[in-house]
Amino acid sequence: MTVRVQEAGFDVSAEIEKLTGGNDSIGAIATFIGKMRGDAHGRPLASMTLEHYPGMTEAELESIEIEARKRFHLTGSLIVHRVGTLHPGDAIVLVITCASHRGDAFAACEFFMDYLKTRAPFWKKETGVDGSGQWVDARETDESAAGRWLNDKE
Amino acid sequence: MPSPAPDTSFVTLRYFAWVREKTGLSEERMTLPAHVQTAGDLLAWMPTRGAEFAAAFAKPDAIRVAFDRTHVRPGTAIGAAREIAFFPPVTGG
Repeated sequence: MTVRVQEAGFDVSAEIEKLTGGNDSIGAIATFIGKMRGDAHGRPLASMTLEHYPGMTEAELESIEIEARKRFHLTGSLIVHRVGTLHPGDAIVLVITCASHRGDAFAACEFFMDYLKTRAPFWKKETGVDGSGQWVDARETDESAAGRWLNDKE
Repeated sequence: MPSPAPDTSFVTLRYFAWVREKTGLSEERMTLPAHVQTAGDLLAWMPTRGAEFAAAFAKPDAIRVAFDRTHVRPGTAIGAAREIAFFPPVTGG
């Protein structure tokens, strides 16, 4: 179980080999790769900058992994999320989940992404080809604030 | 001369994404007013701190709060938290 936040890109084959090499109990590996699109609602994009909250990001990603391990039979997992400036076509995020059978691998992979998108403190700012910058809105903007704060300290 | 004991009433406030841009600050250290006891109190108080803060916190419902790097609800007491962060809903992935 590993999480990494980095500016550099990633090599999916190398990451799979590192995660699974020599472990013959793994029968299924699911991967998800999120990529940057070249437009936002028809607005052509030149680049995107990803900001995060160092320390909290890693803590949230680790808690997502812990939660996933309670729900699914996983034999390994990896989350790599990039920060900094990216360009259309660049990979943003990689999730790899390993299990004995495909059901757990597929389900856990989707679970990781759903939770990551609502909990991990990353923010995207898109820059158009015209140079204008715009922060990306969360898709659940209409949802009430209280309901979306998932982890109360109390 | 003995150094003074550290003042534990200080908290670090951190701002991210457009909250950071609008306040013009990444972080600051301060002692909070006594009446500010919860995350909701913070969101109500912040816009009163000046024009930049009024702009950044004009829609408190659009801002999320974390205490010591954990998401909190408006009713959560600040308690012993030392680091308080304000940011928009997250947009990673």
